[in-house]
Amino acid sequence: MADESKSFRLEVISPDRIFFEDMVDMVELRTTEGDIGILKGHIPLTAIVAPGIMKIKMAGGEKEAALHDGFIEILKDKVTVMAESCEWPEEIDINRANEAKIRAERRLKGADGEINESRAELSLRRALTRLELSSKYGK
Amino acid sequence: MASMRDIKRRKESIQSTGQITKAMKLVSTVKLQKAKGRAENAKPYFNHMYEAVTSMLAKSGSISHPYLKPGTSKQKAVIVITSNRGLAGGYNSNIIKLVTDGSGILKEDAVIYALGRKGRDALQRRGYKIKADYSEVMNEPLYADAARLGAQVLEAFAKNEVGEIYLAYTIFKNTVTQIPKLVKLLPVDPTMGQQEKEQESKHTVDDLTLMNYEPEAEEALDVIIPKYMNSIIYGALMEAVASENGARMQAMDSATSNAEEMIADLSLSYNRARQGAITQELTEIVAGASAIN
Repeated sequence: MADESKSFRLEVISPDRIFFEDMVDMVELRTTEGDIGILKGHIPLTAIVAPGIMKIKMAGGEKEAALHDGFIEILKDKVTVMAESCEWPEEIDINRANEAKIRAERRLKGADGEINESRAELSLRRALTRLELSSKYGK
Repeated sequence: MASMRDIKRRKESIQSTGQITKAMKLVSTVKLQKAKGRAENAKPYFNHMYEAVTSMLAKSGSISHPYLKPGTSKQKAVIVITSNRGLAGGYNSNIIKLVTDGSGILKEDAVIYALGRKGRDALQRRGYKIKADYSEVMNEPLYADAARLGAQVLEAFAKNEVGEIYLAYTIFKNTVTQIPKLVKLLPVDPTMGQQEKEQESKHTVDDLTLMNYEPEAEEALDVIIPKYMNSIIYGALMEAVASENGARMQAMDSATSNAEEMIADLSLSYNRARQGAITQELTEIVAGASAIN
């Protein structure tokens, strides 16, 4: 472990498993209000997660994961991300993401009604996040 | 005494029933293991969600939010989770009983969202209104299914078609105990956090007063409460599947042992009848022989 005093506990929990649980130095993710980076000693905060890439910096190196939906709760010495869906780069199915992207783009063009539009937009963003992350890891 | 042939036929039929129940027991044991594993994996998410929401509500007790107040509509949505298949002992009927008798919800006011064919059929027969049927998801419930259902009931709540939302499912306590339970999903009870507070050492008062929300607490609740509902529904689905298999395993286990018991009884009377026939034959031969002499 690098510097004990700088690390804090991060838990990423999704409905069907504990996605990640360890001491980390920093975590970056996207919320509805913008990107945030969290270091130890962040003020307590609850924020809503927007689809994006979550970066975890820890003693053993850096990890990235696609985080799509959920919220984050920052407490004094512990950060919990409640992720409705979340995946590591190697778990992403590029073909599916590509398809979803095309489908969402089509739907956005011929959108009827606001609900569908916002839903299509969300799924487009999810697909883009997946593609970005997986292309980064050279799949 | 019944004839030997009758007893034998009966015994054979019970034997084959016993074989079926035994096989079903084995199948549900395997399924139970799987379902139990999934239910356990779903627990941390649910527990954290519960903690987060209770602590938020405990802090923001004064917030007035549509999700915290009952709607004006008298209709109540009830999500009823049962199984698609029978032969699970009292599993399905306990839930039905809970909804019809134990819930205090009038038949006229209830709007049923059914998960599980057995519950849907039974409630339909009793004259309940079935609004939607998601029975097909019971075979392999996914989080997306819970989210879909959650969104549908929330929409009904938002449109004021229903004033309250309930969920009836079976808690999986352990392999032999399953408890049917009715929980209120919406409106969320704002006092729920206070009761739990003593147990919650993780969230000190300090944490709560300092908590910031981004966006504002009201908006955050808008997003988090639906997620909270989805997680409860998902957790309930997982528990219900585990309960179903637990109940079926138990029912099949007792059916198998009953069959064995009956077979033992029948074997005894079969042997007795056979012995009786032999004795009778011997007596006849002896009587015949002595008549000739």
